[in-house]
Amino acid sequence: MSFYFAQFLTGLASASSLFLVACGLSLIFGVTRIVNFAHGSFYMLGAYLAYTLVQYVPGSIVGFWGSVIAAALVVGLIGAIIEVVMLRRIYNAPELYQLVATFGIVLIVQDAVLWIFGAEDKLGPRAPGLDGIVRIFGEPIPQYDLLLVALGPAVLGALWLLLNRTRWGVLVRAATLDREMVASLGVNQSWLFTTVFFLGSFLAGLGGALQVPRVSINLLMDLSIIAEAFVVVVIGGMGSIPGAFVAALLIGELNAFGVLVLPQATIVLAFVVMAVVLVIRPYGLFGKQETAAHAAGQVEAPIRPASPLKRTIALALLALLLVLPFLMGEFALVLATDILIFALFAASLHFIMGNSGMVSFGHAAYFALGCYGAAFLVKYFGGSMEMALVAGPLFAGLGALVFGWFCVRLSGVYMAMLTLAAAQIVWSTAFQWQELTGGDDGLLGIWPSDWARSKTAFYYLSLALCGGGILLLRRMIFSPFGYALRGGRDNPNRTESIGIDLRAQQWAAFVIAGVFAGIAGGVYVFSKGSIFPDEAAIPRSVDALVMVLLGGVQTLSGPIVGAGVFRLLEDEISRLDYWRAILGGIIVGIVIIAPEGIAGFIKRIAVKAGLEREGETAA
Amino acid sequence: MTTPVLSVRHLSKSFGGLQAVSDVSFDLAAGELLALIGPNGAGKTTCFNMLNGQLKADSGEVKLNGESILGLSPRRIWRKGVGRTFQITATYASMTVRENVQMALISNARQTWNLWSRASALHVNRANDLLELVGMADQAERAAAILAYGDLKRLELAIALAHDPKLLLMDEPTAGMAPRERVRLMQLTAGIVKDQGISVLFTEHDMDVVFAHAHRIMVLNRGELIASGSVDEIRNDARVQEVYLGGGRLFEEKGKGHG
Amino acid sequence: MADRMLVLDNVNAYYGKAHILHDLSFSIGKGEVVALLGRNGAGKTTTMRSIMQLVRPASGTVSFEGTDITRWPTHKVARAGLGYVPEERRIFADLSVMENLEVGRQPHRDGYPDWTVEHMFELFPNLSERRGNRGKQLSGGEQQMLTIARTLMGNPKLLLLDEPSEGIAPVIVEQMAETLLEIKAKGLTVLLSEQNLHFARIVADRAVIIESGTAVFDGSFEELESQQEIRDQYLSV
Repeated sequence: MSFYFAQFLTGLASASSLFLVACGLSLIFGVTRIVNFAHGSFYMLGAYLAYTLVQYVPGSIVGFWGSVIAAALVVGLIGAIIEVVMLRRIYNAPELYQLVATFGIVLIVQDAVLWIFGAEDKLGPRAPGLDGIVRIFGEPIPQYDLLLVALGPAVLGALWLLLNRTRWGVLVRAATLDREMVASLGVNQSWLFTTVFFLGSFLAGLGGALQVPRVSINLLMDLSIIAEAFVVVVIGGMGSIPGAFVAALLIGELNAFGVLVLPQATIVLAFVVMAVVLVIRPYGLFGKQETAAHAAGQVEAPIRPASPLKRTIALALLALLLVLPFLMGEFALVLATDILIFALFAASLHFIMGNSGMVSFGHAAYFALGCYGAAFLVKYFGGSMEMALVAGPLFAGLGALVFGWFCVRLSGVYMAMLTLAAAQIVWSTAFQWQELTGGDDGLLGIWPSDWARSKTAFYYLSLALCGGGILLLRRMIFSPFGYALRGGRDNPNRTESIGIDLRAQQWAAFVIAGVFAGIAGGVYVFSKGSIFPDEAAIPRSVDALVMVLLGGVQTLSGPIVGAGVFRLLEDEISRLDYWRAILGGIIVGIVIIAPEGIAGFIKRIAVKAGLEREGETAA
Repeated sequence: MTTPVLSVRHLSKSFGGLQAVSDVSFDLAAGELLALIGPNGAGKTTCFNMLNGQLKADSGEVKLNGESILGLSPRRIWRKGVGRTFQITATYASMTVRENVQMALISNARQTWNLWSRASALHVNRANDLLELVGMADQAERAAAILAYGDLKRLELAIALAHDPKLLLMDEPTAGMAPRERVRLMQLTAGIVKDQGISVLFTEHDMDVVFAHAHRIMVLNRGELIASGSVDEIRNDARVQEVYLGGGRLFEEKGKGHG
Repeated sequence: MADRMLVLDNVNAYYGKAHILHDLSFSIGKGEVVALLGRNGAGKTTTMRSIMQLVRPASGTVSFEGTDITRWPTHKVARAGLGYVPEERRIFADLSVMENLEVGRQPHRDGYPDWTVEHMFELFPNLSERRGNRGKQLSGGEQQMLTIARTLMGNPKLLLLDEPSEGIAPVIVEQMAETLLEIKAKGLTVLLSEQNLHFARIVADRAVIIESGTAVFDGSFEELESQQEIRDQYLSV
């Protein structure tokens, strides 16, 4: 019994840091409507900064706490600077662009931390004065943990007072509900946003700094905490601080006790809880339905069949692709194969995201399931490549069938978070179920059939499968099925009111997108000969999003252009040091400078030059 | 007496202790234009949402041509022959005007699972006929996003008529329109109702529209039906004047205008 | 017109790529109540939003008390003394009545009434009883009163009211007309966009009719009365 109580206290202690991060995230989302991927980076920065500052004042109580507070303040300041320099420019961009842009910041901060603090893990000192233990029911409890247990409710109370008893708090809550109205009443929004960002980042930095005596500090802290914080915020309800508190306790305890039951699968447990909560209460425990943002997005023009010019270009491209092996060497063919695979992967994401308005932040899951499905067939059933190329998409489709059932019950940001969670489940399963997947060592030696073994033959195989897949997806966009989805994106109420079962259509679309991502995955695994859990990780999902964004969400040919440019770009910069920061900078730059993507940009130029008919643009 | 198209009995709904609609009963005959009026928060929208399936009723009975439709989903109710228009127009902004109508026709023909045909080539003639009916044929190729508000309202009417409904539910059909457009839209609706024998239940705040076009009026206040009758009966009902119409300057002025 | 408080001079504004306001010009004198009439889609709301700089005019100028306020940030426009009451009410649903008023509070301006919370409750007695209630618990009519009260708390010199009578029961519209006449008596300048001609005629001194983003009539209600053609074309009852 006493052991369980001790475990309970450990759960509460870890819940505190999680709450600090999650409530900052929630606060920022509430006011700015930005889901800040970089919030985990602020947490990591807080930890590194506190660790560094503490080195200068060893053993001093004042020095330790001074370092913690100073680190949090610096992080708050960095957050405020990022808000002023960058985020301020994208408040009116679609939420997806914002998410991707803040992921760009994640990449930049990762390389900055690597550059400044180095790659090795850091172990901080214990907190002076609180380095002992207390015995409760005979079990040893670190004094520091007790402090953290008390800190959570204290911060919650302080935030409540701040938000309910000060004019600043009333303004923040008002801005959460209607930003434009607050400005119309004479309140300087920019100032309000910057202060909120400062406070949110400060809390994340504090959360990180407080972890210095408890855990080792490393470069993976950002993404692991942000995934958990997303779960907390979504369970609690986006924008709700009491919700974040309750959910942080729930997840803290779940981790503390889950370790006893299923030591390998605590991440999976947390995500399962989230999925269950969301199905019962679609906006989280304390959340409300999102009010429609008053800033209206650009309405897409009606889609029309390809113009003669476009058809000519498409045919020319196809002809070029067909003769490519005669023009280029093997190395270029491998790259071209890669581009084809990623073009299909991106097109399958575009199918649900662009045409159907379902933002998936975990599309890598289905790509990876396609890879593993194919690999399993070869490894464990001795299947041929031909069979594996069927098994992969089926496996991915099955995954999409299961996850999709949950995901299509939600929309907007909540759906994005749940798809991310689904991808994390796939990733952690692939990572932890070593007997089946080989874990981090991956599965090796998955090679094509003899006839497809040459680079040229495999290139033609990829061209047939991926090119064919893209054309099929395009055909579906113009079909009644695709139009029903498009209608569901434009106006869900109208769609239900003309007798269309939108949820069923969306579920089917999710599965179709999963199957096509699975085809891409199947081809990929044979092109590389191996598969690792990384293919299901967050960065791979972001790759797909960036490809779609690069090409332009509202452009049907966008995913192809995006995949091509992205792959070539990656090929160029991945040889450099700190290429992640460069990629991050490029992502941020695209969102700010060319939000309509490359294909969208070309379209705009073409319309200007009179080469293409201008669709009457929306009011 | 023939069976009414819509028959509502003892319909009730409460939200956390607040009785939004209580014990509402009425009939709607074929070809009738019935107005539901009342102050804000009287329960008109709640009532409407129970009829179209968006909201579950606590108790009561709703029959369409003698068949119970209470508790069915909005899309089932649509399939039974109930069309609706929205208070704030709900159309597909990224489609053309014709495609908007085609979607309803495609759904009616149960073709939304067709993955192969070109959607914009289906039911073209029928869609054109419907657009002709509401006077929108010349705008068929335009994007719905750039239509004027009055045109959007007419487009909605065409969409609502696509599956040959027996009953139309119109939530504040003329909200946000200029007076002249209001009259035109209601004249158009009344004409279609007469030609095709459709029944219409509508809510409305503009008393000019209600008094000019409704065959019969019901008044809802605090969830209860407090009056029901012809235009003149309602106009002169003391209770209705007290809770809703008022008796002051607005209508004196209006009286002058009519004289 | 010596005392032109608000002047729109050849304003052009776009919503997305649609050109909504075309060379719109009109002005309001100090202490005047002007009704902006016109059918839906004529550009009334865009006019209001362009004045507040919620829509940035592509060309032309908006000046207030002789200062060009074009392209100012919205909060600065509000602080200069323009109070905006948008259509669809837009109260802060989760904030109490008192908190809604607090968001609107701005310092007092010399020569203009200094509105306090107590004044608001005198002006809108219904709100007084509901001061602790959240915005979303109010009826439509009460919400409309709250939006006006909230804006008055900023002690504006000029009030912009966008379709205050839309969707409100006639009996409440009557009350609102009385209240507006009280506010007018305190010396506030008001620009009122309306489709309800009856209501506009009670409270306004002058009418400006816009069609397709251009002013097509500017004059008294008597003149409007005599111009049958204009009335039929743009208003028609």
